[in-house]
Amino acid sequence: MLNYQNNLDRAFQALADPTRRAVVERLCLGPASVSELAQPLAMSLPAVVQHLQVLEASGLIRTEKAGRVRTCRIEPQTMQAVEGWIAQRRRSWEQHFDRLGEYLAEQERHDAPASNPKSSKPRNKR
Amino acid sequence: MSKPETGKTPAVISSTHASFSIERIYPAAPERVYAAWSKPEAKARWFAGPDGWKELVREMDFRVGGKERVRGQHANGITSDFHCTYHNIVPGRRVIYVYDMYVDDVLISISQVTVDIEPHAQGTRQLFTEQAVFLDGFEDNGGRERGSNFLVDQIGAWLAH
Repeated sequence: MLNYQNNLDRAFQALADPTRRAVVERLCLGPASVSELAQPLAMSLPAVVQHLQVLEASGLIRTEKAGRVRTCRIEPQTMQAVEGWIAQRRRSWEQHFDRLGEYLAEQERHDAPASNPKSSKPRNKR
Repeated sequence: MSKPETGKTPAVISSTHASFSIERIYPAAPERVYAAWSKPEAKARWFAGPDGWKELVREMDFRVGGKERVRGQHANGITSDFHCTYHNIVPGRRVIYVYDMYVDDVLISISQVTVDIEPHAQGTRQLFTEQAVFLDGFEDNGGRERGSNFLVDQIGAWLAH
């Protein structure tokens, strides 16, 4: 699962930038050319291209050139979404186990002397 | 036990395998941890959805071949349905089950889970291992939407840290 972790790290790094998030949001609506993506952004084309390179390296988007037009799209690669599912699944179990821990702690508090005979309680009932 | 209707053939057929483990050390006796997995009333205390989740169905028959089902609805309206069959039970030490997970009545994964419970200096070591096959739907709108929601959630959680 180390590889999957690395991919996620890269994706989060790529999404840490507001311009790149805007690009991803735009591409969620459908593919777009580099110039279409650059149009609403207040920056030079080379700067936009640089952002696109970061996004592509992170695996979040894919670009392909046809003639003079480079088209960008969200990477529909299965793993991307699967990583999301796995991480979500994992997170959901972590939450369950936190709750399990709280439940166990509650039980321990209820009858600590009975469940843990080794620990000598400073307070004695008698 | 009736399964939810899946309705239609998915547009994309894919199967992706993954496995992960989660280790926890609990300051409680192994019998206590085992009881939390084996007693329906104890399991219901922690095996539930997050805040805003509403329980719709809960059934549990803890024995080899026995079934468990937990169906609920999240605050955003999405339903989750957990269908489980117990395959191996070693009282106090191990539970192995297989479960189908449905989201909005679409089968999204089938998993084999092994829960190893063993005594530990601080109480109990619980090792949870899930081997899953995630199915289809990752390239349809629903799957992608969930995927990106997930990213947004993760970023939110990360920022809140």
